[in-house]
Amino acid sequence: MIRLLAPFRQSVWRDLLLAARHKTEIITALFFFVIVVNLLPLGIGPDPDLLRKIAPGALWIGALLATLLGLQRLFAPDHADGTLEQMALSPQSFTLLVAGKIVAHWLVAGLPVVLIAPLLGVQFDLSGRSLFILTLSLLLGTPILSLIGAVGAALTLGVRGGGALLSLLILPLYIPALIFGAGAVEADLAGIGPDGHLSLLAALLVVSTFFAPWVATVALRVALE
Amino acid sequence: MNHSLVNWFKFASPASFYPLAGRLIPYFATVAVALLAAGLWIGLLVAPTDAQQGEGYRIIFVHVPVSWMSMFIYCVMAFWAALGLSFNTRLSGMMTSALAPTGALFAFLSLWTGALWGKPMWGAWWVWDARLTSQLILFFLYLGFIALQAAIDDPRRADKAGAILALVGVINVPIIYFSVQWWNTLHQGASVSMTKAPSMAHTMLLGMLLMALAFWAYTIAVALMRVRCIILERELTSEWVKKNAME
Amino acid sequence: MLSVSHLTCQRGERVLFQDLSFELPQCQWLQIAGANGAGKTSLLRILSGLSEPVEGRVTWNGTPLREDREAFHADLLYLGHQGALKEELTPLENLTLSLGMEGFEVPETTAVQALHQFGLQGREQLPVRFLSAGQRRRVLLCRLLLRPARLWILDEPYTALDIHAVGFLSGLIEAHLLGGGSAVLTSHQSMTLSPGMCVTL
Repeated sequence: MIRLLAPFRQSVWRDLLLAARHKTEIITALFFFVIVVNLLPLGIGPDPDLLRKIAPGALWIGALLATLLGLQRLFAPDHADGTLEQMALSPQSFTLLVAGKIVAHWLVAGLPVVLIAPLLGVQFDLSGRSLFILTLSLLLGTPILSLIGAVGAALTLGVRGGGALLSLLILPLYIPALIFGAGAVEADLAGIGPDGHLSLLAALLVVSTFFAPWVATVALRVALE
Repeated sequence: MNHSLVNWFKFASPASFYPLAGRLIPYFATVAVALLAAGLWIGLLVAPTDAQQGEGYRIIFVHVPVSWMSMFIYCVMAFWAALGLSFNTRLSGMMTSALAPTGALFAFLSLWTGALWGKPMWGAWWVWDARLTSQLILFFLYLGFIALQAAIDDPRRADKAGAILALVGVINVPIIYFSVQWWNTLHQGASVSMTKAPSMAHTMLLGMLLMALAFWAYTIAVALMRVRCIILERELTSEWVKKNAME
Repeated sequence: MLSVSHLTCQRGERVLFQDLSFELPQCQWLQIAGANGAGKTSLLRILSGLSEPVEGRVTWNGTPLREDREAFHADLLYLGHQGALKEELTPLENLTLSLGMEGFEVPETTAVQALHQFGLQGREQLPVRFLSAGQRRRVLLCRLLLRPARLWILDEPYTALDIHAVGFLSGLIEAHLLGGGSAVLTSHQSMTLSPGMCVTL
């Protein structure tokens, strides 16, 4: 088992190392998230009641867009320089290597968003309890965004207008995660309790963890042909 | 069993399917026109005027069948996609891409007729009703499929990538539908049910059924026509197309 | 043994080659010759299992490639004409990470030795983007020293190499063949190796 996971660890480590040499990219994505979320009060007005109401949706949509930003570069550089071919020819499971890349993408693009979200939540005047639920929903939900996004990135690999196309393919598939994620806070405020939403989000996470890396691998093999 | 399997695979080759499709199109086209005439006659003339909604309700004779078809066609596409991925038959991919524009058209018509119906009934062109929202997302899924196929030059890759997307989509459609309903109940939005089955008169049901069958036949006819075009485009260099063109 | 029967390859609407059959036994190497665009790289990609032929099949020791992909890929070392090197990483990191993803844990000292053998002393810790084309090619070729494989498929291995490196590489290939391995190469340049088999597309 440990031997089997070694290539997976190498794959995660390699992408983290590459990201560490491109620190600006991580910071840009994070800054994008912060600025998109901060634009909303400027567009809507500073009424605290209204802001408290739109906060979960605003942060979730910000997270969604920030994830999309990094997805275009999930496989493209490896495809351009031939690394992806070598991964496909590895005697180790290609799916595990792809899963490693997805995990690395979440660590680089998803986790910083989760960590900074409470700070932005404070700007929207959320209570401590709401902040906690929101962060929890993002923690469960952002991996789903990376997983489903990987399928889209694999399908649009090397295709004309890949970036815009990727958004068109992936955003509709993000809707359940958005609804359950942003809904958790609203449900809690409405007195229903966030458990139902969070469990459904966790279920989505489990299902996509099992299927998305595999589907992305099939799509990558098609793209490499 | 074995014999019938061989027969099916014979028609799975574009060269033998092309003439077969050509022979089938007129039949389906005729059936479509006949059923459409019957359905519209029942829907517009025979069915009684609704006590509450007046004459405006008659748009459901287009709206409901069109919505059914848009969902049904996506499932059929997923079926062909699965077949194409597992047996590597070229025709399946062609069928999938031939169905997509019709499915998108029906999804669009469903939204459009829904808006036309909604304005007099609810006083708004658009309501964030669970069904309407799901239909809109289905429309996006169709657009994504068409855009992906259009962006890939190599037809073999376009077919396979499209098939993967169609299958991912069809797994997601129930999840999306469920999540949108969940969202709708939480927000207590417009909870107007569009079709109340028990209160529907028999003639209304018959009209809708006839219309649905008409659209069904229309879909087959149009998809076959489109498949013939795709076959010709892809097999331009092959012998049988050249021979066909000479005739 | 690599054996190929009745292979047909199509790119878009154009048929690149048809009904191609050959067998490559142990200790032999095969040169694939042909003009630009004749389908040399396409053939190599089919042989390596990256793409599927329109018709025909490829077997390794009697098993079709698709049936036991992992076993075949354990025996295969494929170097494409793209570098598969990350500009931001050093040659050492590139080697250890790419081999690690293939399941070979290479100690750092061994990797450094391989780099030295290819004349890259003092470049181990320099990001690849500071290396010349020939030096990058040498980093890539270090995989030949570090990763055991019975079948080498090399796309234009001599590109951008100077005369010393060409000699060294030829020696490596010869040693590989003597050890019971086999190799498939494409190359424009005249080969200094003893003639093996040749397929012209």
